Amino acid sequence: MRWAALGALAVLLVLPNFLGSYLLTVFIFIFFYAYLGQAWNLLGGYGGQISLGHAAFVGIGGYTSTYLAMTYKLSPWIGMFVGGAAAACLGAVIGYLGFRFGLRGFYFILLTVAFAEICRLVVSHVEALGGALGLFITFSGDPWQFQFSDNRYYYYIALGLMLAAMGIVALVERSRMGAYLAAIREDEDASEALGVNAFGTKLAAIVLSAFLTGVGGTFYANYLFSLQPNTAFGIPLSVEIILRPIVGGSGTLMGPILGSFILSPLAEVSRAYFAKGGLSGVHLIVYGSLLIAVVLFFPRGAYPYLRGLVRGRRGGA
Amino acid sequence: MLEVRGLSKRFGGLQAVCDLSLSMAEGEVLGLIGPNGAGKTTAFNLISGFLVPDSGEIKFRGRSVVGLRPHQICHLGLTRTFQLVRPFPHLSVLENVKVGALARTASVREAAGKARHVLEEVGLLAKVEVHAGELTLAERKRLELARALATEPVLLLLDEVMAGLTATETERIVELIRAINRRGVAILLIEHVMRAVMSLSGRIIVLNYGERIAEGPPAVIANDARVIEAYLGEEYVGATQG
Repeated sequence: MRWAALGALAVLLVLPNFLGSYLLTVFIFIFFYAYLGQAWNLLGGYGGQISLGHAAFVGIGGYTSTYLAMTYKLSPWIGMFVGGAAAACLGAVIGYLGFRFGLRGFYFILLTVAFAEICRLVVSHVEALGGALGLFITFSGDPWQFQFSDNRYYYYIALGLMLAAMGIVALVERSRMGAYLAAIREDEDASEALGVNAFGTKLAAIVLSAFLTGVGGTFYANYLFSLQPNTAFGIPLSVEIILRPIVGGSGTLMGPILGSFILSPLAEVSRAYFAKGGLSGVHLIVYGSLLIAVVLFFPRGAYPYLRGLVRGRRGGA
Repeated sequence: MLEVRGLSKRFGGLQAVCDLSLSMAEGEVLGLIGPNGAGKTTAFNLISGFLVPDSGEIKFRGRSVVGLRPHQICHLGLTRTFQLVRPFPHLSVLENVKVGALARTASVREAAGKARHVLEEVGLLAKVEVHAGELTLAERKRLELARALATEPVLLLLDEVMAGLTATETERIVELIRAINRRGVAILLIEHVMRAVMSLSGRIIVLNYGERIAEGPPAVIANDARVIEAYLGEEYVGATQG
């Protein structure tokens, strides 16, 4: 297992030397969405608190670092942590309101959607943040400004983000917090009876999840060279974030990564394929149908399914 | 160690618990019996912090626990089980008990060791890797007990841990509760299985319509006219005397 992981890492490290620019882009999206999915997974997968407003944290993080870079020339390498902190503050507010007043299930989901929509509307009306048009980053090629003329740098940054999130979530999974999050997901009242501070644990989870997602916002802005309120805070981005862990297997370390390796290329390829035939938009239908199939056949996600297959074979032999 | 004074709780038009007072000494086993809807489980929910009383005082080891959250009360040494057992179904038996053990240590490894120890005590060691959702009812009842024990309580509130068990299984749980009590853990017991309550409890309190109608040693309670009328029934009296 350990050798397989090291082997996979070695392949990913040398891979950019053999990839064309289009495939490089596909991999960057795979890593980046795996990163965002892993951040969501901490709260939604392990803790069972489903957020459908995680785009708000991407938006806050991206806008914060980009605004600081444009106005005060602050390097996005520093701004990304300021943006993460800003997102963490928003996460704390959402968590405090949601968890203090005992919102569970659908009501918590609605709260997260509402906050993301409020952020989108507010930012759309703030002139200093570019209003509805958004912010555009002019290309300078300065690495200190998070800009690279060679896409391979973005590849390694996205890979680094994905691995860092994986490491953090792995640590949480093995800690008391991980055991408590799982207990809360399974039965919150029973966990409280056993001494679990459900409010505090969920609050810590949403703050950490929001921080990581907010850090990702800086990558999002600087890779795309722009930020628009409708995309950076929009529900479609929130859905993209949530789909990967769910398809791959939420509440597992490999789930968001496997989910992203399945969905990100699929989204990219079907988009490119149908756009060529003048059928742009059809890709969403294909994407949606495949999603339905995955959810029907692997309700707990692809990774738990594969793990079950491997164990079954070993057990049978 | 537990001092309850004038406890009351009303749900809309229903007075679930009315002016209930009770006290428990260290190491004591107190039985709480009464017909369905008498307010026993509500009393548990009030004492363990899952409900806030309308009025009344609850003191645990000299400290008022009214308004504390259940997890805080658990850390003080008072742990409850649920009438309808609530295992974490997708977690293994070991992981279930580990959650309870983590109340006393931040080290996951230490908690796992402690959990194994408790599981051995309740006789579930062979099932550590099994998902809790796959256990039989009797096993789930023992798991519920093991999880609570892992939090190292000094007072354990057991809500019908014998309901739905066969005679043999009941016998084993009774033995287990005795062993726990021998280590000095006080036990407050809600139970409908009369043989078990009568043999385990040093003292019994009878509730009816939220009010205490009798209190005393098992032998006295079994022959109390009001208790027989409200709860035990004439048949029970015949059964114990015959």
